[in-house]
Amino acid sequence: MAATTTTVPGTGPVAGSRSWLSGLREGDEIVRLITFLFAAFVVFLTVLLVFELWQGSVLPRHKFGFNFLRTSVWDPVNEQFGALPFIYGTVVTAAVALLIAVPLGLGAAIFLAELAPVRLSDNLEFFIDLLAAVPSVIYGLLGIFIVIPLMRQYIQPALKSTLGFLPFFQGPAYGLGFLTAGVVLAIMLLPYIISVSREVLLSVPRDQREAALALGATRWEATWKVVVPFARSGILGSIFLALARALGETMAVTMVIGNTPVISASLFSPGDSIASVIASQFKEATGDLYLQSLIELGLVLFLLTFILNGLARLLILATSERGGGMAHL
Amino acid sequence: MKRLPITVVLAILGFAGLVWADSTLSLTGAGATFPYPIYSKWFDEYHKKDANIQINYQSIGSGGGIKQITEGTVDFGASDGPMTDAQLKAYQDKHGFPILHFPTVLGADVPTYNIPGVSAELNFTPQALAGIFLGKVTKWNDPLITGPNKGVNLPANDILVVHRSEGSGTTYIWTDYLSKVSEEWKTRVGKGTAVNWPVGLGGQGNEGVAGLVKQTPNSIGYVELIYAIQNKMLYGRVQNSSGAFIKADLASVTAAAASAAENMPADFRVSITNAPGKTAYPISSFTWLLIPSKIPDASKRDAIKGFVSWMLGQGQNYTEALSYARLPKEVVAKEKKALTEVQ
Repeated sequence: MAATTTTVPGTGPVAGSRSWLSGLREGDEIVRLITFLFAAFVVFLTVLLVFELWQGSVLPRHKFGFNFLRTSVWDPVNEQFGALPFIYGTVVTAAVALLIAVPLGLGAAIFLAELAPVRLSDNLEFFIDLLAAVPSVIYGLLGIFIVIPLMRQYIQPALKSTLGFLPFFQGPAYGLGFLTAGVVLAIMLLPYIISVSREVLLSVPRDQREAALALGATRWEATWKVVVPFARSGILGSIFLALARALGETMAVTMVIGNTPVISASLFSPGDSIASVIASQFKEATGDLYLQSLIELGLVLFLLTFILNGLARLLILATSERGGGMAHL
Repeated sequence: MKRLPITVVLAILGFAGLVWADSTLSLTGAGATFPYPIYSKWFDEYHKKDANIQINYQSIGSGGGIKQITEGTVDFGASDGPMTDAQLKAYQDKHGFPILHFPTVLGADVPTYNIPGVSAELNFTPQALAGIFLGKVTKWNDPLITGPNKGVNLPANDILVVHRSEGSGTTYIWTDYLSKVSEEWKTRVGKGTAVNWPVGLGGQGNEGVAGLVKQTPNSIGYVELIYAIQNKMLYGRVQNSSGAFIKADLASVTAAAASAAENMPADFRVSITNAPGKTAYPISSFTWLLIPSKIPDASKRDAIKGFVSWMLGQGQNYTEALSYARLPKEVVAKEKKALTEVQ
């Protein structure tokens, strides 16, 4: 999407005639060129970033090769570096966050766009936008002072006694770990999902709703079977935005995840994520191999985001074919 | 008519700026975050004393300080851990002359804990601390802990270890100490600003560790002495190499440095953890300024040497107000001698 060029029809400068019209066309060309350069700059930045990360991680790439991705020891003293626990933590926390935030966010967006009075909806939207602007360190503090104690004292014991037979909810309840990081991330993602999804739902043409209602659909049927499928790609777009944010979130995660490179099926276990370990250790990293391993982690995060976004796009393609039928009601 | 005075003021300011820029010598340094409060106080006071010298310091971390001074982008570096032999060699190879270490103040780590029902200052043996942080001593009523704490009712609860998540000088001191008192720690974990912890949770910064310990029952962690004092935290005594249980305070930390001064190597690269001496607190450390032994620019050289000798004398009087332990006079005397090597 970043690389789209302008839609201005491309006509070369008309030779010879120096009419007012040709001057305008030349102006179009200039605008076209300038906007193309802006778009190309984004691509250039991305390529430059990958190049720099690649160049900056020569030592660990040569020393560890693919073992960097496969091993799970992170030992700065003996210079053994494996990224697996961090990759695992990044994916698990993002997954937990989306699992919580998507249903909640979508539900809230449907309420705000379809059911709530306009005045209430607009006022609530103001607060949601405000939430999106809160710095992540504040969410981290919220995590430390509110979510962690709640988790330790109430939520984790409750999950343990009800769903404790599942491997996800076993082990000691420290209050911090994958689940807590996921919950804090979910709180941070909600405003993105709500805000974008609401806008998309509001932009669904009135005719669509009226047609469904005229055919005898209830209000809920019209919303769920007509409006939401119509807005599907926009809603998925909001979820991507949330996913990207979840994968890259640093400060809030590092404050609540426990910062221990561990792979554990239990969501109660402390863990660590890629962004979190880079932020924690980059500053005091001594030794080239150590520093470059952290840079390679950055490269891994970049690729991970790339792959997950690609998968999500495939998911859109797959569902948009299936969803075409649903829109017929 | 209102504009005229502003123009005049601006002109005067501009002129003053020119004069000021002309005669001020600016020095830049970068490195350790732990001594940043005292360093900024010193640089400020020194600027008041000699208005021609302006010292800018960026607390980017010890690793960054070593890197920047090696690359020659700053006039001096600062580090909580001494440079390794490899780092010294890298500096020598690049510049053709060695870099010197100058201790400035002292810091210490203390064990802090949260055991429901226990408000006493616990006594910790080195074996107990190493055992806890290795994950071998797992209950608060382990004989290694209860032994030196007769009369304290310690519960049979699991111990939760909390450590720093980010690389830090505090962790360096702690792991340096554990490496000295435990052979197993030395071979299995080692010392560094960040290590592969056998057990425990990571908290971000002193405040992160302190927060986790405060919130989590039956936990133990380590924080800087300054942080513990300023926040009036409960922390334990640690048994030193003479067998005495010492509570960390400014005096016992300075004592550790004083008893280490006798065998101080000429380059001051010395760890004073587990130092000898009856009153020495065992988990203490210097923090260092890193200064090139050759400074071609004579005015910069004079400025740096002037500052260091002021810091060793009058400057030390500012330490206690900011909860840093001052250098013992034996070390000050040795440093003054070493300062003459800077040419």
